This record gives sequence, C-alpha cells and structure tokens, in this order.
Amino acid sequence: MKTIKDAMNQWEQGPLNKVLAKSPEREETFRTESGIPVKRLYTPLDLEGSDYVEDLGFPGAYPFTRGVYPTMFRGRLWTMRQYAGFGTAEDTNKRFRYLLEQGMVGLSMAFDLPTQLGYDSDDPLSEGAVGRVGVAVDSLADMETIFQGIPLDKVSTSMTINAPATILLAMYIAVGEKQGVPPKNLMGTTQNDILKEFIARGTYIFPPEPSIKLALDIVEYCAEHVPKWNTLNIAGYHFREAGADAVQELAFTLADAIAYIEKARERGLDVDAFAPRLSYSLGCYMDLFEEVAKYRAARRLFARIMKERFQAKNPNSYLFRIFTGSCGSTLVAQQPINNIVRVTMHTLMGILGGDQAIHTACWDEAYAIPSEDSARLALRTQQILAHECGLSSTVDPLAGSYYVESLTSEIEKRASKYLETIDGMGGMLRAIENGYVFREIQESSVRFQQRVDSGERIIVGLNKYQMEEEEDIEESGIFEMDAGVEDLQRKKLSALRAERDTQQVEKSLGDLREAVDRGDNLMPWILEAVKAYATVGEICGIMRKKWGEFKAATYI
Amino acid sequence: MEERKIRVLVAKVGLDGHDRGAKIVARALKDAGAEVIYTGLRQGVDQVVNTALQEDVDVLGLSFLSGDHMVLIPKVMKALKEKGLDRVLVLLGGIIPKRHVQELMKLGIGRVFLPGTPPKEIVDYVLANAPRQ
Repeated sequence: MKTIKDAMNQWEQGPLNKVLAKSPEREETFRTESGIPVKRLYTPLDLEGSDYVEDLGFPGAYPFTRGVYPTMFRGRLWTMRQYAGFGTAEDTNKRFRYLLEQGMVGLSMAFDLPTQLGYDSDDPLSEGAVGRVGVAVDSLADMETIFQGIPLDKVSTSMTINAPATILLAMYIAVGEKQGVPPKNLMGTTQNDILKEFIARGTYIFPPEPSIKLALDIVEYCAEHVPKWNTLNIAGYHFREAGADAVQELAFTLADAIAYIEKARERGLDVDAFAPRLSYSLGCYMDLFEEVAKYRAARRLFARIMKERFQAKNPNSYLFRIFTGSCGSTLVAQQPINNIVRVTMHTLMGILGGDQAIHTACWDEAYAIPSEDSARLALRTQQILAHECGLSSTVDPLAGSYYVESLTSEIEKRASKYLETIDGMGGMLRAIENGYVFREIQESSVRFQQRVDSGERIIVGLNKYQMEEEEDIEESGIFEMDAGVEDLQRKKLSALRAERDTQQVEKSLGDLREAVDRGDNLMPWILEAVKAYATVGEICGIMRKKWGEFKAATYI
Repeated sequence: MEERKIRVLVAKVGLDGHDRGAKIVARALKDAGAEVIYTGLRQGVDQVVNTALQEDVDVLGLSFLSGDHMVLIPKVMKALKEKGLDRVLVLLGGIIPKRHVQELMKLGIGRVFLPGTPPKEIVDYVLANAPRQ
C-alpha cells in the first residue's frame, strides 16, 4: 500500500497537476445521481480495510454480494419479464400468447385501477378506468379467459397486485385446479407489498394493520399449500419513481422487509419457513455504476440483516432476489425514440447487477400503453444483450473495480444509517405514520427537479439538445385503447351476475364475513368465494365494511 | 392593504395513484408565494369541487396520468359551473395525448401542460393568469 501511496503522490504532483494547471476539469465536484461524491480516481487505497472473503465472498454464498446463485447467468439467464395487460381478459390473453410465442418465459400481469382498488367494473367509481392501465378482472371468469391456452405449470406469472392480492392469487389457484395443475406446482409472484402502497404507489384500501394481516395470510397459506409461490415482492421501485434516491430506495425497501418479517414472527411464523419465498423489486435509473453498486449492496446488507438481526439459518433466507425494471420517470416524451437507448442501459445495469428478472420499458411509454411493436422491441433488446454482447459468460464482472467496490460499500453504509434512524423512531410503521418517509422522498424529488430546472442535470431532448420541430409520434401509431372496453366489461359482468348460482355466492360471502370477524387466515374462504364467482368488489366490500378505508396524509 | 395570495387547489381526481408531478407543481407554486392545497389521492369529482368552493380557490390544477381524463374532466367542468365557480382557472397536467388538447380547451381548460414542462413555466402562467378578486 505504501508504494501505491508514494506512486500516487508522485502522479498527483507530477502529470496530474501539470494538466490541471493548464485545463481544469469540467466540474469542481462530481457526484452520482444520488449525490454521493465521486473521486477522480479509485485505486487499491480505496479498498483498504475491506476483506475479500467477508465482504465479497463467492456467488451463491454469504454475504452474496457477487450474486445469489453460484453460476448465475452461465447456468440460466435472467427472466425476461415484460409487464403487460390491458383491456379485457381476451385482449390480455392475446398479448400474453403473443409474448410467449416471441420467447418470453415469465408473464407479468398489469391490472386496471378498479381491480387494484377492489371495485367492480360496474362501480360508479370505476368510470373511465376500466381496462385502462391493466386488464379488468371482476371474477374468476376473467382469469379463466386470460390464461386460456396457457398451461400454468409451464409459465411463471408475476401479478402486480397488492390490496386485493389474496383474491387474485385465489383466482390463479382456481384456474390452475381447472387446468389440472395442483397448487404445489404453481410458479409466480404476488407483489402483495402493501407498505409501499401507503408510501408511494397509492393503491391501498384498508388501514395498515388489517392490510399487513392480509399480506401475511398469503405468506402463511403459501408456505403450506403453494410452496413455489413468491408470496411477497417487497418493492423499492415505487419509492424511486416517487422521487427517492438510490440510497433511500434501498433503505426503505429493507425497512419494509424488516417490518414484514417482524410482523410475521409476531404471528408465530418461523423466519426460515417464509423468508426464502420473499423477493424484491428495485428500480433502475440512469447512473450505471450507482445502480450496479446498489444491487450488490442490497444483497450484502440484506444477508447481514437476516443473519445478525433475525438469526436465520436456512441459506435461502439470505437471498435478496431482485426484479428490476426501467423507471418510467427516466423516459422522456421529447424525441421519444431516444428512450430506446435509455432502456437498453437499464437492461445492461440489471444484467451487470446480477438481477434475477428484468423488465425493459418500451420507448413509447411516456405517451401511452406500449404498442405491440414497441413491446417486441423491448423484449428483443434483452435478447440482444443476452446473446450478442458477452454479458452472461462470467459472474459479477464488475467486481474488483476499485470504484464499484467502493461505491457498493458507501451505499451500504448510507443505507444502514437510514435503517438506524428508522429503528430509532420505533420501526418503519412509525416512520410512515409520522411522515418521515414521505418527507425524505418529497425532498429528494424536489432536489432532482431543481437540478433539472437549473440545467445541472442534463436530460437530452428536454433541457438540452432540444429540437424545434419534433416528429409527432402520435401520428405514427401509438396504442389507442378500444373505447368499447368499459361497456363490454360491464356487459360481461352483468351476464355473470345473472348466470352464477346466487345461493352459492351468498353462502361463500357469508362464510367469509364470519372468517373476517374471527380473524382467520382468509385465503381458504376467499378461495371458496372466487370459485363461486363472487366478484372482486363483493369480496373487498366485506373487508371494507369490517376494516374501513385508509386515508393517507399528504406532504408537499 | 396587503394583496390576497393566489389560492390554488392541486387535485387528483379518479383512481390514479401517481402524484410525484402534482406534488412538484404544488411545491413550486407554494415557493412562489401562492396558498396551495393538495387534495391527496383518489378524490371524487364532487369532493374536489366542494373543496374548491370551501377554500375559495382561484386556480384548480388537475393531474392525470392514467388515461381517464376525457371521462372525468367534463364532469369536473360541469360541476364547477353548477356551483357557480366559473371564475376558477382550471389547468391540467400529466400524460395527455396531444390530440385531446383541443377538445379539452373547448371545455374551458385554461391550459394543458404536457410532460417535460418546467415547473417555472406553470408558476409563471398561474401568476400571470389567475383571476384576481
């Protein structure tokens, strides 16, 4: 080290100073997207005090910095999981089959807002929103249509559903049974992460306590009956979209994870029985090294928390399995074709970060639901990176970079500090209630906007390199929602209400009501209700009546 | 006599949960000296219009990112008229296809701010165009 120090001194006083005297650098200080100062040069001196085996180790082994599996993409590529779903069940079935034919292996389902908020398509509050940002699901009949011709033992399905996750999972189980696929063979994920809904995404229904209880009903039920199901996908992605920086994103994700694990333990669940089925989502912004360092720091910090704080014994409990996706807020409406470059970079960051599943956004998302062409292009982007660029031949290729290792440690350190602050407040639930998390995110969001407004943060096409006359992409065929979807869905629903066995519906809803009163695990009761073709609105209605609705505080 | 501050209601109508932009605009207006109220998520048309009435606002800023604007905005405009709030300057922002802008302007929207608009442009517009009592 001493020789390096001496040599560096010589370099600084010699060639470096000579150049600086003649031509100063572009900025006085350089920073990452999240404001972490970046030095001119990183050397072995920056890694002093770090221990290879303890801090990096080997992939598939504690502390998992280098990856959750020993062979990573040499064994199996990441899952190319493109988010899709819109309109009616028939529309989504068609899009899913198209994507599967194109070589996608994991489905990712988007639901419309009424479904996400537990309203039926014929509810007055649903007006204008049916089938809009995702597929409309009112009853099991819709789920049967969505998965027609798609064998559930051959695909894995990730559902972006939270407050009513129990209901959609029950429907998926019921569709599987009808196809002859037993629950133990079902593969997929329910997002089911209600805490981030309160903080950033907004599709909460019930107050926090019963909401967490429902989330844990899935965790408990699946541990016994649907063992391959990823019960809870704890997401930081939405914090990032709401304006959090990379450090806050990681810290709040881990704080949520800690809150769920503590609640599950209070309920008497053994951490090693459920932690292996938890998975995580993190977003992807534009600073490549910071994002890669964030994914690596996430794995290490989480493994340490599981070992030291929760004394987990099962090695699978330590795994921070990551789904990443392009943050939509990095996409720019001006000169939108440029977004192809941005999402390619996101994909690269996910690969270099060793993530398990990647969603590449579509370039036209700043305008509308992606068209079929742009959805295919996004998938092809992943396939090109997977097969043409040499990215999957070795594990964790950026490890050992003085910069990346030092940034990984810095992000871990800064995130740990946030966790200490949150612990000091009495945990994440208190930090949400007292407004701390909202304020932190809002202040970051404002800082980012100020950097953009001042021109310090350049966004190509927006605050630099603008064009006077832009080609109007709306002319060239962006996705247009079929205006008849809402009507059609309502007609289907009213036909269903007329055809189903009313007595059976009422009985199953009555049983569910009693189970809610008793505080049972509701999964078996919800499963009975969906099999009787009770609707999402009817089932949520029972819980709304018992638990009430949550109204969040606002902070500007 | 001290001049009355411009009163702005920033609102989310419908089921959409995206409010990063609405909150950025609300903060920019507040920093520019306006009195700003933000409704929070998932407000019904009547709720928003009643708040506008009770708070005696000059400007109503609506944020839409989920494509339901063509259904909900006509209802907001109708309800405003019924409550005699014609004087309120209504502004719109979010993901709005350009082809909808003309029709929205016909409904009486003051201006539609599309993605990428600097907050300052919105603030300047509000300061210059808010109706004075």
